[in-house]
Amino acid sequence: MKKRGDKLNKKLLDQLHGLCYLAPSILGVSVFFIVPFGVVVYYSMIDGVGSHNFVLFDNFIKLFQNSAFRLAARNTATFSIMAVPLAVVLAVVLALMLEARIPLKSQFRTFFLSPIMVPVASIVLIWQVLFNMNGTVNEFLSVFGADKIDWLQSQYAQIVVLLLFLWKNLGYNMILFMAALANIPKELLEVADVEGASEAYKFFHIKLRYLSPTVLFVTILSLINSFKIFREVYLLAGAYPYETLYTLQHFMNNTFDSLDYQKLSAAAVVMAIVMVILIRWLFKAEDWFGKDVEG
Amino acid sequence: MKKKKPFGRAAIFLLCAIFAFLFLMPTVLTITNSFMAESEIVANYGMIFSTTSGGFVSKTVNLKFIPDKVTFEQYLSGLVKSPEYLLKFWNSVLLVVPIVLLQVAIAAVAAYGFTRWRGPVRSAIFFFYVILMLMPYQVTLVPNYLVAQRLGILNTRWSIILPGMFAPFSVFLLTKFMRRIPFSLIEAARVDGAGEWQIFTRVCLPQCRSALYSIAILVFIDYWNMVEQPLVLLKDADSQPLSVFLSNINSGEIGLAFAMATVYMVPSLLLFLHGEEYLVEGIANSGSVKG
Repeated sequence: MKKRGDKLNKKLLDQLHGLCYLAPSILGVSVFFIVPFGVVVYYSMIDGVGSHNFVLFDNFIKLFQNSAFRLAARNTATFSIMAVPLAVVLAVVLALMLEARIPLKSQFRTFFLSPIMVPVASIVLIWQVLFNMNGTVNEFLSVFGADKIDWLQSQYAQIVVLLLFLWKNLGYNMILFMAALANIPKELLEVADVEGASEAYKFFHIKLRYLSPTVLFVTILSLINSFKIFREVYLLAGAYPYETLYTLQHFMNNTFDSLDYQKLSAAAVVMAIVMVILIRWLFKAEDWFGKDVEG
Repeated sequence: MKKKKPFGRAAIFLLCAIFAFLFLMPTVLTITNSFMAESEIVANYGMIFSTTSGGFVSKTVNLKFIPDKVTFEQYLSGLVKSPEYLLKFWNSVLLVVPIVLLQVAIAAVAAYGFTRWRGPVRSAIFFFYVILMLMPYQVTLVPNYLVAQRLGILNTRWSIILPGMFAPFSVFLLTKFMRRIPFSLIEAARVDGAGEWQIFTRVCLPQCRSALYSIAILVFIDYWNMVEQPLVLLKDADSQPLSVFLSNINSGEIGLAFAMATVYMVPSLLLFLHGEEYLVEGIANSGSVKG
């Protein structure tokens, strides 16, 4: 009896010991993320920080009626829907291209990855030079007789930002796919070669299967990064940019300035819910796609 | 099939070269243009940034890679004549260095906790970390702001450093690295009478050296270019990092902006060139959210 108690005690002690290692991180995450997020959820359901009356969904209804929020949500969604698939597909293409036996392979890898270290401000300067009314792109296009346009103030504004997004993120995604391609069992591809399979067959029936967990991860990553594009847009076009460039982060920032906690909290909660749903959905998709290859 | 390959490879090489040019161009332009005299900058870009200072302004914009005359004028005026930029640079260092060091240190300990002790509770916590890691700033900034306000650290460096210390990104990545350490190694150390802390510091950490380095680089690059957090949490312009301040350089000083952007790029560039292998390894290992 005593012996068993000892064993149990030891196990418990061991568990507690393990907890000690997690404690600093969990404590910090609790203080800086979890508890305040609880407060945010609470704020999103009361009518004012002064009065604390519980109003449940009023703030959310008001938020969805807010035209600035709707515009921001729509723009953010549109941008992500354009940017994420492109960031995934083009990164796969780059990774496949670097699989070929070509000279300067590792240099190309370095070059493609290099945009991650360039300060935002200098990218923004270059992009202004390129896409200004009198910028390089217009110069170039005028050779073909195109009219000059102010790209950032036009219906193409999102495309300009999309190019910036791809420029910045493709290298990172490409590295992820290169790693995944390197993990495909060589025997499998050799067998396919012997059997006379075409490149296209090998890609769709073998490589893509093994890439699927990475495809989903890169999708999540690119989704997050597509929300971060605010950084560049803000520096390119300021707090109140051309209509299609007004993103959720603009909305949040401008709401910060007016200190409307209810609106801010409701927006944060909505976004968190959307993210959790999206991530769960992508995880499910990963399970579904990855079930017949051992990942 | 085999016969077609050389042509295919040449085409791929050409495509890669075009991509490489497009990817490198902004970086190279920033660096070379930082060596241009202000008059040359005005002549080239005057049309865009509408400077009022006279002199020759080209009708069209000139995207030029090579300066007519290499000069350090911009660096001189940015770094020597006014202390402002150095001060902002120093602000960046004061923000980013503590975040990198403390985030990695706290993450190393936590990753060991996630590696050595498993169980449903721990898996749930780990999954929660993944979700938190994937949350966009738009969601986490509001909680950060509230805490900073409550703790009275709003508009101080700590409002950015403290949440940065506990960001779950490093925990996630390091756990994935540590789980690869062969169990036999840990078991052997235990048989030799090593305690958990000794196993952690003497066995685990040395095994993870390259991982620690690659994560530190990734975290550094991420925070070195931060804009959102200081914009919301540090209203005081004097304590803002250079990453935010660079963008406020007024349009009459484009040459200066190029020069200061180049200066700002130097730390990440050195880390990048020195640790590229580690960086690639670090990114490659972040490849899947699970396991």
